[in-house]
Amino acid sequence: MAIKLPIYFDNHATTPVDPRVVDAMLPYFNDKFGNAASRNHAFGWAAEEAVENARAQVAQLIGATPKEIVFTSGATESDNLAIKGVAEMYREKGNHIITQVTEHKAVLDTCKRLEKEGFEVTYLPVEKDGRINLDDLRRAITPKTILITIMYANNEIGVVQPVAEIGKIAKEKGVFFHSDGVQAVGKIPVDVQKDGIDLLSISAHKLYGPKGVGALYVRRKNPRVQLTAIIDGGGHERGMRSGTLNVTGIVGFGKACELCRVEMTEETAKLRALRDRLKESIMSKLDETFINGSMEHRLPHNINISFAYVEGESLLMGINDVAVSSGSACTSATLEPSYVLKALGVGEDLAHTSIRFGLGRFNTAEEVDYVASRVVETVSRLRELSPLYEMAKEGMDLSKMNWKTA
Amino acid sequence: MAYSDKVIDHYNNPRNVGSLDKKDANVGTGLVGAPECGDVMKLQMKINPSTRVIEEAKFKTFGCGSAIASSSLATEWVRGKTVEEALAIKNTDIVRELSLPPVKIHCSVLAEDAIKAAISDWKHKAGEDAKTADATASHS
Repeated sequence: MAIKLPIYFDNHATTPVDPRVVDAMLPYFNDKFGNAASRNHAFGWAAEEAVENARAQVAQLIGATPKEIVFTSGATESDNLAIKGVAEMYREKGNHIITQVTEHKAVLDTCKRLEKEGFEVTYLPVEKDGRINLDDLRRAITPKTILITIMYANNEIGVVQPVAEIGKIAKEKGVFFHSDGVQAVGKIPVDVQKDGIDLLSISAHKLYGPKGVGALYVRRKNPRVQLTAIIDGGGHERGMRSGTLNVTGIVGFGKACELCRVEMTEETAKLRALRDRLKESIMSKLDETFINGSMEHRLPHNINISFAYVEGESLLMGINDVAVSSGSACTSATLEPSYVLKALGVGEDLAHTSIRFGLGRFNTAEEVDYVASRVVETVSRLRELSPLYEMAKEGMDLSKMNWKTA
Repeated sequence: MAYSDKVIDHYNNPRNVGSLDKKDANVGTGLVGAPECGDVMKLQMKINPSTRVIEEAKFKTFGCGSAIASSSLATEWVRGKTVEEALAIKNTDIVRELSLPPVKIHCSVLAEDAIKAAISDWKHKAGEDAKTADATASHS
């Protein structure tokens, strides 16, 4: 089978919409255009029914009940609603929030804003493998702690946090546990009961659904979580998120969740095999390549590799018919290399050389082989061009050099 | 981000990649940048001591496409020039030639620094200018 270029291996950024999801959505752009809040005619009823059906589909994927699902515009909004909503509602009880350093900016920047408003935030460090230390977490909890927010799986390195253990600790201490589940939900089994999660952020476009829609799971019993809304208006979503529901997007989101639930076992096995094939084909042919983050506690479709002595952006340029991401500063807006890799203790020199590969539902073994051969070829070529590779081969210790910076 | 055609050309077909014997008295070596910053350039020139003409220039670069292109272009430009002519090359000339965007200007600065460092090293070896002995990164 001929390979179609460019190849998409950036499924942590977004995923293509599954054609079955598109089919499910189309009627809601056409005849079934009603507002789900219209209570007195058939158009509204059809829309409401579709939304409730989707709510059940989302709930079923994560072991929740439909009434615990609040639809939002996406996971950034869900993170904001969960953290700010709890902070404001339980301010009387305490002003301390615990998170960790490799969270997505939607969590970190929300916490930073709350700090300006008088909240205290503990940013737990991570170990070399990218996971938090549970003793650190236990020690960080005080009588003032109202919320722990720790992501399920990381978007750069795919490392899965010890979520069930965190859930247990949170319950023991009577603290709410929010998890940003964007990268994990639909990819690996996530169960809010087993994992002891009280609030869970989900995004549709990371699980083969449309952009612009997401959800926040909000636990209703044991314990019941209450939130202060951050968007006021018509009182939709039981007052937690006003605004006319994005019916079409929600229908697609629901369908996408159903497909993930039904196909997860098979899909996980397929993606893990493809990921391992990619890793092996690359790492068996190149020396001085390093995996960032735990291999044991990792999403099956992720691999993040540092290619020593080859700057990430120049590598991306060499494989320009393959869509991947780099932790190199040159590809970020801030000119800083990945804060996630830095948190793991990866040196800045190696952080600049990292590439994130995110496989997805529609990738094939042929694509994996093509990408691996392009990467090997480009890294080899760029190493011939790299003064660092030459110096290392001559036996110089680059970390002991007295570098003159411009 | 979009690269200019000239950057892509230098990236795909870098000119004068390689190394010269750094112990050769007529070879000046400039090593600038740092791995932590994501850019390291090594520029070497073989200079005829009597005519002061740069007869050969080689580079190796760790860095983005623009850094590779800037140093590749620098080797093309310095070849055949005298030391004094090469010292007159400004980073802004490189920016213009390669149509570098503002975020990539530091690549051109690094290339200019590499030219100056290589010439300083050669001058130092020739006993012309002792105080620039540390113009090149040293192994400590």
